[in-house]
Amino acid sequence: MWGILFYSVPVTGFCPHGSYGVQDTLRSGFSSVKNEILPSHPLELSEKNFQVNQEKMNFATVRNIQGLHAPLKLQMEYRAARQIQRLPFLQSSNLALDTLRNSDESIGFEDILNDPYQSELMGEPHMMTEYQLGLL
Amino acid sequence: MEIDSISSGSPASPSPLGAQPMQLNGCRSFRSMLGSPDISLANNAYWGIPSRRWDANAWKRQSSSAEQLPVLMSLFGGEMSLLRSPLQPPSPGFSFDLTERNAVLGRLLEGSPPPRPVKTGTTISGMVFRDGVVLGADTRATSGDVVADKMCAKIHRISANMYCCGAGTAADTQKTTDLLASNLALFSLNSQRAPRVLMAASILQDTLYRYGGQIGAHLILGGVDYSGAHLYTVGPYGSVDKLPFVSMGSGSMAALGILEDRYKPNMEVEEAKVLVRDSVQAGIMGDLGSGSNVDLCVITAQAVDYIRPYQESQYTNGRNRKYKYPPGTTALLSEKVVPLRMELVTEAVQRMETH
Repeated sequence: MWGILFYSVPVTGFCPHGSYGVQDTLRSGFSSVKNEILPSHPLELSEKNFQVNQEKMNFATVRNIQGLHAPLKLQMEYRAARQIQRLPFLQSSNLALDTLRNSDESIGFEDILNDPYQSELMGEPHMMTEYQLGLL
Repeated sequence: MEIDSISSGSPASPSPLGAQPMQLNGCRSFRSMLGSPDISLANNAYWGIPSRRWDANAWKRQSSSAEQLPVLMSLFGGEMSLLRSPLQPPSPGFSFDLTERNAVLGRLLEGSPPPRPVKTGTTISGMVFRDGVVLGADTRATSGDVVADKMCAKIHRISANMYCCGAGTAADTQKTTDLLASNLALFSLNSQRAPRVLMAASILQDTLYRYGGQIGAHLILGGVDYSGAHLYTVGPYGSVDKLPFVSMGSGSMAALGILEDRYKPNMEVEEAKVLVRDSVQAGIMGDLGSGSNVDLCVITAQAVDYIRPYQESQYTNGRNRKYKYPPGTTALLSEKVVPLRMELVTEAVQRMETH
């Protein structure tokens, strides 16, 4: 049972976000029970987890070829690079992380569509910081 | 402070389970890689990461701390946070927020069909001849049953030595080929090498496979690199074929008949151009989704000849009249002038710093 749950891709949770858990139609749009449990687009899950799955695959391959030390060292660098962030409500450039992932030398849809720097919405700063620190 | 308690979490996956998101992720990927709890513990200790046993109790403890947040995915161990905007910045890339809304609206507004994207409904074809590659395409873009564009350009430049014809959804073909061109340009700047056609085909394959056919781009990629002339076809689900001649689009069956009949290896350039033009013409005549002009692109090791149009449509109507009307054509019945009086309320001068 553990093996199955562990390796499965988690379902995205679409729980409503308004007060008392009731859907806030003005802020979050229409809701339906089905859409809160199941993904609404065939690519939603695979896109959400794409980066993570790619990295897992690559680390597993590197581990098989070069030995355990290789992914361990690489993951240490990833962890260090992931910590270079601004406050949660501000956009970070993730330069070190991009360099490690080699995504600074390629352009994909994540650089064109839904650019965080052009986002019209901003998160509430206090809430986001508290959430990040686990105080929420 | 330990590495985990100050970790901030990547934008893509903050966990709702408090201040240890990275450790949780790290544990999971170690375990999935190694498959054995003992080794992961030993190595965690070796690297100075406080080891966390991934057992049922830990899972329950963590999910209880998350009860304050109504999060459904804590049931699944909290791998990816999936909360919407108040607590998480928007993730770049495709956003699927509106698919729910579209589904709900579709149910509410039954009867009115959704708008259809502009497709190219095309005939594109290509073949390898003695010195290089010839690509041909028609120029009609349709949106449902209406011709949306009579002079659509379907042969896209990828690099100086590679061009790509695109059939399917017009936006998808344009964006995919643009991204491919940008990535190849970056590659050639970084590595000081001209990219191979095989590299372009691989990049296309990876991109289109990732999106599982949702990107409707049926492409014919042709070019000449140091290893010769190559022609590839890439399907929307990520299939790649390397062929001497190929045609795609709604008129592909008609075009393929002509190509199958008259293709020979190592043809001369003029003969090859005529053959490709004939194949596209067959598509134009036999398929409603193809029409207007025929564009050709001849790629050799020395030069690229982009001939647009190679052949113009025989069926265009010229404009018979002038549609500009001289002033006074419409009779003026009456005229009323109301002056808009505005008074000056305040006047303020603000100096600008001009350094």
